Amino acid sequence: MATFIQLIVDGLSTGSVYAAIALALVLVHQATGLINFAQGGMAVLAAYSAWWLLSRGVPLVLAISASVLLSFAFGAVVERWLMRRFERGDPDTAVVVTIGLLTLITGVCGWLFTYNNQQFPSLFSLDAVTFLGVSVSQRSIGTTVVIVVVMLLLQALFAGTKLGLALRAVAINPQSAAFSGLPVERLLMVGWGLAAALGAIAGALVAPQLTLTPGMLDNALVYALAAVILGGLSSPIGVVVAAWMIGVLENLAAVYVPLIGYDLKVAVPFILIFVVLVVRPQGLFGRKTVVRV
Amino acid sequence: MTLLELEDVTASYGPVQVLDGVSLSVPENGAVGILGANGAGKTTTLRAISATVRTGGRIVFDGEDIRGRRPDKVAALGIAHVPEGRGTFGDLTVRENLRVGAYLRKDRKGIESDIEYCLDLFPNLQDRIRSNASALSGGEQQMLAVGRAIMSKPRLLLLDEASLGLAPTTAKAVYDAIRRLRIESGIAMVVVEQNANLAFTVVDSATVLETGRSVLTGTSAELRGMDEIRRAYLGG
Repeated sequence: MATFIQLIVDGLSTGSVYAAIALALVLVHQATGLINFAQGGMAVLAAYSAWWLLSRGVPLVLAISASVLLSFAFGAVVERWLMRRFERGDPDTAVVVTIGLLTLITGVCGWLFTYNNQQFPSLFSLDAVTFLGVSVSQRSIGTTVVIVVVMLLLQALFAGTKLGLALRAVAINPQSAAFSGLPVERLLMVGWGLAAALGAIAGALVAPQLTLTPGMLDNALVYALAAVILGGLSSPIGVVVAAWMIGVLENLAAVYVPLIGYDLKVAVPFILIFVVLVVRPQGLFGRKTVVRV
Repeated sequence: MTLLELEDVTASYGPVQVLDGVSLSVPENGAVGILGANGAGKTTTLRAISATVRTGGRIVFDGEDIRGRRPDKVAALGIAHVPEGRGTFGDLTVRENLRVGAYLRKDRKGIESDIEYCLDLFPNLQDRIRSNASALSGGEQQMLAVGRAIMSKPRLLLLDEASLGLAPTTAKAVYDAIRRLRIESGIAMVVVEQNANLAFTVVDSATVLETGRSVLTGTSAELRGMDEIRRAYLGG
């Protein structure tokens, strides 16, 4: 029994890593209508900038805060100088551009900081708390708490604020948004900036666990995309719950389903997606889009 | 007092010139129709005013030349464009659509009372207030598009083919509401419409476009009487 609960707790902890990236994907999708494949890469770049500041003697909290601010600016710049050229055209082109950006950022990180693993200190202590025979590190608890807070903030942003409404309106129909006086281009920059800043928080949270490399989040991105499809692109709470489900189920499957084991556990989220999408095409929490013609 | 004056306006999409000298004058509280066959440049004239196409000539609103401004800046001056195809926000609810329309306003109470006014003007939207715009019927979407536009409290409303794709009774209901809006609010209007008879229920005068030029301007009464105009430009 203790093993079972331990597996669930560990699953929630890795699920939180996927959730962090998934939330950034939801934010940029709600604000621009795109899936940004470079989201993980941008988070890694942010983590490297924090790591570089640390190596120059800047305290950890300050270094992470600076990387969050830098990422906001970087996200806005990427939108203004790169994505804007593609936003008015075919969305497929824009998505492919983000894949190119991911490759570019990974390459630049490798070139600047080498491909060696770098240690990144954790904001939270690694000491474990043991309760009923289950041990869980303070780091896992801290990460999960931060993710939940970010999730609630995002949910509130989109559901209850004027800025959130404006970001969504611009993503859905930029021309009508402009007709209502919304500063479309500035809002797109803000959307990318916010998503990149959120990515930076994610990067700083998971770098201690995964150790910092240019490809640190490649795997997490795949899981995050799975969580986004599973949870519904428009729902912050949905993607976090989906990310946790994926984390837990892959852990349980690896141990309890001999056929899957550790080698095949990467397939678990996709089996889950397949099953869920057959039943609920809009994802577990997504709003159904009905188009009448 | 003239609110909007177009003088010899030209417009092009890339190398293709679509407007070749359109002139139009809209008095304060007035409503002017733009009539003409397909491809005459009616929609482009509205796009020239709302700055979503490259233009030449002079576009004077409230005494200021507004040509070359950004679309959101033009909207901020009090010009609300209801585009062809309605342009509602499909994944937002009816209420959210109306709130987006009021983006530039700060008066919370005024916004709420104007949402009530929209629902009174278009009672069909009342029951759909929580529905996504994409789930509305064509007529309801058109009503919502007009509602979104008037939520900004504009001084000038640009209406593009509000009857397009609607059943005749629905189109009439939309125009009845627009006429009521005009009487109650005094918002000036530029109305582009294929169905001239519908347009004449709202406008005082109209200009007829032919291949990107104004060829004839007159009051509704004058134009209505001209058989050859009806045949040539309005399709009988």
